[in-house]
Formats: sequence, structure tokens, C-alpha cells
Amino acid sequence: MYVAVKGGEAAIRNAHQLLAEKRRGDRSLPAMTVGQIVEQLTLAVDRVMGEGSLYDRRLAALAIKQARGDLIEAIFLVRAYRTTLPRFGASLPLDTGRMVAERRISATFKDLPGGQLLGPTFDYTHRLLDPALEDDGATEPAVADAAPTEDGLPRVTDLLADAGLIEPDGTGEDAEPADMTREPMAFPAGRDLRLQALARGDEGFLLALGYSTQRGYARTHPFAAEIRMGEVEIEIAVPGLDFPVSLGRVAVTECQMVNQFKGSGVAPPQFTRGYGLVFGHAERKAMAMALCDRALRARELGEDQTAPAQDEEFVLSHSDNVQATGFVEHLKLPHYVDFQAELDLLRRLRSEWEARDEAGREAAE
Amino acid sequence: MDHQPEQKTDRRQALAVLARANSAELAAAWEALSDAPAIETLRDSEIGLVMARGRVGGGGAAFNLGEVTVSRATVRLASGEVGIGHVMGRDTGRALMVARFDALWQSPGHRGWVETAVVAPVSQRLAKADAETRAKAAATRVNFFTMVRGEDA
Repeated sequence: MYVAVKGGEAAIRNAHQLLAEKRRGDRSLPAMTVGQIVEQLTLAVDRVMGEGSLYDRRLAALAIKQARGDLIEAIFLVRAYRTTLPRFGASLPLDTGRMVAERRISATFKDLPGGQLLGPTFDYTHRLLDPALEDDGATEPAVADAAPTEDGLPRVTDLLADAGLIEPDGTGEDAEPADMTREPMAFPAGRDLRLQALARGDEGFLLALGYSTQRGYARTHPFAAEIRMGEVEIEIAVPGLDFPVSLGRVAVTECQMVNQFKGSGVAPPQFTRGYGLVFGHAERKAMAMALCDRALRARELGEDQTAPAQDEEFVLSHSDNVQATGFVEHLKLPHYVDFQAELDLLRRLRSEWEARDEAGREAAE
Repeated sequence: MDHQPEQKTDRRQALAVLARANSAELAAAWEALSDAPAIETLRDSEIGLVMARGRVGGGGAAFNLGEVTVSRATVRLASGEVGIGHVMGRDTGRALMVARFDALWQSPGHRGWVETAVVAPVSQRLAKADAETRAKAAATRVNFFTMVRGEDA
């Protein structure tokens, strides 16, 4: 039980002022602008948007600045902000097949239509620190090819679905998907609810779980059939209009994982799939999400449930870093009354134990 | 700048372009409009959220991906055309501008002007940006080939 405390107003005020001073750092250096964070710490911004579950680059950048670069704190700020806004409605489902892709690769199909586009990737870099970045030197513009990519790239999983060796997407029946921001999480969770939770889940947690499946805790033999990153148009239905209205474009990363599957009582041998979709450029997260999505389908596919990554209650109840940090970090708030009560109880138990011990020794003598 | 022959777009396309126009583009066009009719604000611009949805596997059932900040406004011309503005982000001014241009686009007397002064130039800028994105992505196109390993040869 947590009992509230009073007092400490001046100390708290001064602590916050000290925090503000520390946030600013050395005043002989120029203050960082939100615009600089948006443009130059783009992947941090993307992570805050994804796990904050709110697509707004400037807001995410502001949160990063306010949180001194603590991304979980920034995610917390963004989540708190979203609760102040009304919900206008839901978008039509994004069509990732119509993405203006900056990157699109497949680890399984060498010659896929539309080709493999490496895009702005850390892959194949040597991971050597670049001392030139210590200075604000000029950056060469990227090379542009005379033959640009075509409009719209087919999804690999659509190209290879015909033979029946790869599991299809399933039907796009228009049931209203579950929304964990509106109703409390309930188990067993449908795949819609699981994907929502994973999309906003902590990257580190999902990465570790995804890794655990690769190491043998619910092995799923994954292949990255396709990873694509780029902008997709987002549209809403507006009452009274007979056409969808575009809001603009969101950047997303999508990962299609295919997994070897020997078949079970309910499903034939085929490649099954795990899916990852995340706001922004967040490839590691999208891959981890796809691995976790697949592992969590154990029950549906009739697989033995033996590992943490297959336990939806375990995964979904612990993937949210705002919830997790709230409960872990509340431990540092004053628990004086609570602790005092425990101390009293312990003293009583101790004196009873000592009395019994003494009585026992007397009886033995 | 001389304008291309007037490009016909339907309202959906015009709105999609307007939603991605920046404040400077919208403000400049608004100021250049000499015969702005009376426009009544039906719903003041406001900021809210739209839940973005994806599909399982890319093409299956819908799921909730996360929210997007959106600004929206609704206006009406004296002649009755109702214009709507929905834009991503927290910019009520932009939403209001888009709503005004949408209303004007529906008015026969102003459609040509909206097309020429806003939709066409913004659409050209956006097309150019997309072409650049595609060209830069294309320059990173890779052709992997599998090597025959020694023991298989």
C-alpha cells in the first residue's frame, strides 16, 4: 500500500530548477533547437513516435529535448500529451504496397520485382567512429540514379502467395479492431490487439524476446522476406463525403518475416508469417516485432507453448515501457508508512521467534 | 513562372495536395487572391488525433498502429460550398487555409484559380521531391549474386 506524503515543496521546486539548468548544460554552447533534433536525431524521434504511439515529429523532438535525451522519459511525455487531445476517428488501413520506398530489401528473394534498394542503412558500414563528424563539415549530397524506382513496389508476400507455400494475409474483413487505448487488455488477445501492443512496445524488450526465439526458446526458423521503409499516404473517411480524405503521409517501416513450419494438427506444412509495422524508420523494432508476432501465434498454429516469447500474457503485460517504468520507478518514492508497518511486523515476528527459541532451549535443558 | 496548361484534378486529389502544402505556400496563395469571397467558419480549427491503422501482413484484417496528430477545420462560402481541411500535425492555421481553398475549389468561379495558384505548383514540388527520393533510392539498388562455394564446385 502506498500512503501519500506531504511537504518538500521548496525542495521539489529547486530540484526542478536544477534539472532545467542541467538540461541546458554548458551555456557557452548554443542551445539545441527542436528543428535540429527533428532533422539530425531522426531515429531517436522515430523511436519516441513509435513507442509513444503518436506520430508527430516536432512533438517527439520537443519531448527528447525536455527529457535530456532519455527516450523512455520522452515517450512518457508524449503519451501524457496524447491524453489531452480528442480522438477524431480512425484512418483507413495504410496500404504499404503503395509506399514511396526509401529502402526495400529481401533476404530470401534475390531478384524480386522492383529490386533491392539498400537506402540509408547502417548495414555494411564498418562501425568505425568517424572523427570527421567532430566538425560541422560539408556533407556530400547523395547520388541520384537516372532511372528512379517505379511507382509502388509489390509486397514480396503477395508475389509468392499463389503456390500456397506461403501463408496468405488472411481476409481483410472489416471488423472493428481491438483498441488497447480504449478498453483494458483482455486475454486471450486477438492478433489485432497483439500487433497494436507490439507496435508501441519497448524496442529493447521485443528485441530480447525476438532474440530468445532465435536462440531456441520457441524456435521459429525466421527469414526476413522483406523489409521496406518509406512514406505511405494516410486517409480518413469524412461523414458526408463519398471519397476518402488524405491527411498527408506517414513514414513507416514494415517487416515481413517468413518462418519455416513443419505443419501441425491444424495447419499444413508451409511458410508461416510474422508481421512488423512501426512508425518511422525503425528496422530493428519492426524485425523484433515480426519475430514476436510469429512466436505469439503458437496457440493458433497448434504449436507447443514452452517459451516466454509465446506467452501472450507475459509479453503483452510487460512490453509497455511507460507502464514498466512507472511501476519500477515508483519504488523510489517515499514508502515510509509502508516500510514502518513492515518493520513493526518484523519486530513482532522476531520477538515471537526469539521467545519460542528460548522456550525450546529451556525445554531441552 | 508560367503555368502548365491547367491540370484537372478531382476534389480528392486536390485535397491530398493541399494537405501536404506548407504554410508559406498556402499563405502566399491566399494573399495573391484578389477576389476572396466571404468565407464563414463553420467549425473552428481544432487539434485532435486520428488512429492510424495497418493491416495484418500488409493485406489482412485491420489493426490499430498508433495515433497521428491532426488539425481540422470546416468553412462555408456565401454561395454555400462547404470546404474541409484535415492536415497532419498541430497547425490550425494550415487546416483553416486548406478548408478555404477546398471551398473555393468547389466554386466554379474559383476552381481554375485554385488549381493554378496552389494545387499545380504544390503538386509539382511534391512530385519533384518524390522523384528525388526514388532516384536516390535507385542509386542504392543492389544486385546480389550467390557464389558457388569451393566444396560444391
